[in-house]
Amino acid sequence: MANIDNTQLLRFTTAGSVDDGKSTLIGRLLYDSKSIFEDQLDAVKRSSERKGLRHVELAHLTDGLKDEREQGITIDVAYRYFATPKRKFIIADTPGHIQYTRNMVTGASTANLALILVDARKGVIEQTCRHSFIASLLQIPHLIVCVNKMDLVDYSEEAYNKIVEEYKEFAAKLEINDIRFIPISALKGDNVVNRSEAMSWFKGSTLLNTLETIHISSDQNHVDCRFPVQTVIRPHNDEYHDYRGYAGRVAGGIFKPGDEVTVLPSGLESKIKSIDTFDGKVEEAFSPMAVTITLEDEIDISRGDMIVRRNNQPQVAQGLDVMICWLNNKGPQLRAKYILKHTSNEVRAVLKEVLYKVDINTLHRIEEDKEIQMNDIFRVKMRSTKPLMIDSYRRNRVTGSLILIDEATNETVAAGMII
Amino acid sequence: MSKYFLNHIKELEAEALFVLREVFAQFENPAILFSGGKDSIVVTHLARKAFFPAKIPFTLLHVDTGHNFPETIAFRDALVKELGVKLAVGSVQESIDQGRVVEERGKNASRNALQTVTLLDTIEENKFDVCIGGGRRDEEKARAKERFFSHRDEFGQWDPKNQRSELWNIFNGKHHQGEHFRVFPISNWTEMDVWQYIDMENIAIPSLYIAHEREVVWRDNTWLPFSDFLTLRSGEKVERKQVRFRTLGDITITGGVESDADSLEKIVAEVAAARQTERGNRADDKRSETAMEDRKRDGYF
Repeated sequence: MANIDNTQLLRFTTAGSVDDGKSTLIGRLLYDSKSIFEDQLDAVKRSSERKGLRHVELAHLTDGLKDEREQGITIDVAYRYFATPKRKFIIADTPGHIQYTRNMVTGASTANLALILVDARKGVIEQTCRHSFIASLLQIPHLIVCVNKMDLVDYSEEAYNKIVEEYKEFAAKLEINDIRFIPISALKGDNVVNRSEAMSWFKGSTLLNTLETIHISSDQNHVDCRFPVQTVIRPHNDEYHDYRGYAGRVAGGIFKPGDEVTVLPSGLESKIKSIDTFDGKVEEAFSPMAVTITLEDEIDISRGDMIVRRNNQPQVAQGLDVMICWLNNKGPQLRAKYILKHTSNEVRAVLKEVLYKVDINTLHRIEEDKEIQMNDIFRVKMRSTKPLMIDSYRRNRVTGSLILIDEATNETVAAGMII
Repeated sequence: MSKYFLNHIKELEAEALFVLREVFAQFENPAILFSGGKDSIVVTHLARKAFFPAKIPFTLLHVDTGHNFPETIAFRDALVKELGVKLAVGSVQESIDQGRVVEERGKNASRNALQTVTLLDTIEENKFDVCIGGGRRDEEKARAKERFFSHRDEFGQWDPKNQRSELWNIFNGKHHQGEHFRVFPISNWTEMDVWQYIDMENIAIPSLYIAHEREVVWRDNTWLPFSDFLTLRSGEKVERKQVRFRTLGDITITGGVESDADSLEKIVAEVAAARQTERGNRADDKRSETAMEDRKRDGYF
């Protein structure tokens, strides 16, 4: 058994269309890493036989709901799990059609790596650009481009290189520093878990090896100290009579007892007295730890407040410049009020002005047509009824993100990234 | 490697604590769906950690089918006493007596499906606006698309095609009067994670999970525990075997596996080597390929 003390969690997202082999690739990863149980495999064998297929359709391993199995499409984000002795993996599996942009955005929001599939016969197509752009917009730090179906182009190095060049040219527009390329065949298993004999010209690592070793521990922001207060803990019992702790999850930076802190939005100052957990006090708390902070002074703090370091503070603002992905059938209403959730804060906000829409296939700005529909991505000026403690999304994915909720239906209608 | 990272179990724990605190902050009257199984025990343990040094601010809600393992009830009562929390019990027997549901007949009859009515009635009676469950996305394919915060309409139904988008860790628990939520703090855990965590934290679990000798009957490729509720069919016989249970449901439908894993460490090793999913021994999931999805749509756990 591996030592669990050092196994990290890697969350990655995949996006693909019906026929580019995404489900097959995930099925292959699960199958070759021995994460499939016999009864699951038996069920897939049975359904493959019913469909009259001669091979076991690995893609069926990932089809979740009844409607999807009937229609052969993935309609929502599905989460898959597998583990190797080195790492645990969570896959957010999302469909790739343009009408599913919102699902891709959802899957990408929690991922630290994106897998982009390119069909070796087709090269970089509109969809490849769309998936890559969403990964970049959501600030996923690592991207792996799998050039799939290499078996259908005779495992040609030249075909592969051409696609890599094509992609790099497009990727110059993206904000992702770590992009890697791997030629694979998900169907045949080349370079997924096992090295490909047919592509000995490829000297890089296999997909699984890359997933296992890619450096992710510096993906978190350990510089800007941010602690959004979720709830106040007051035990009201004899042992902890005067205890007042602020529970939350560190959203950035490293907090230590003795740190001089400021509480926002009040601006009141104090010092950290202790950082408590059920397992005892800790000397340091960093993202994404869930802890309870106590302060030296009795000051009035409640949910929605943020504890920060005195010399490094977020912006406190009511006017917001936000890139939004619209998630709802009903388009946005200018000047209508929405509930805005940002960290543990909840305020009301209005959309004041749409600046431009983004063509997610080309990254071009569309300034003439500002009619917003579901799945559109656009930049907007907003105003909130109360000040929010914000960072740019690029700087911090926790304090830079927000959602909008329709007051009448309670549905989550938009995802926003603060610019 | 930088020292500023959490291993996968600690990261999953932090995520769950965050979710539990969101439930407390966003809802009026939360309950933990407590089955006495390992997943709900882990959720209860996490709730204890999330609000320490205060008490767990949730009621434990148990749906008693009347077909429980006696060990489960004893374990539940001891835990409630230790934690000093409130317990609410919904009784399937009472639902049957009141004519709210009709007992299944036939050779594979169980009270599994009947629980849904009792559960929804109990939620309504106690005015719970959220129930926290131990459901995990790796358990079953219909669960793979479940949200952390899962909205239920006024009939308690789940609509998988019309779920709210869930982005980052910003959870939307807004609901109208009469609607409620199911929240799953350990959505991202696997069976292996749960066992490693139980071992790491030394969490008490019912003895049923640990290998023990018991009277069992071989049926549908699994060792069903012999009890008053089981009628032998021709050719079947009661045998004594060393077994353990990987999940705990009703005594009528939960099959055991032969095992000599008599410690948490051995269980972790056994789970790591397992070639069958844990629900592979659950008759309730075997009824059809979409059994779980269908029950969930109706308001099941």
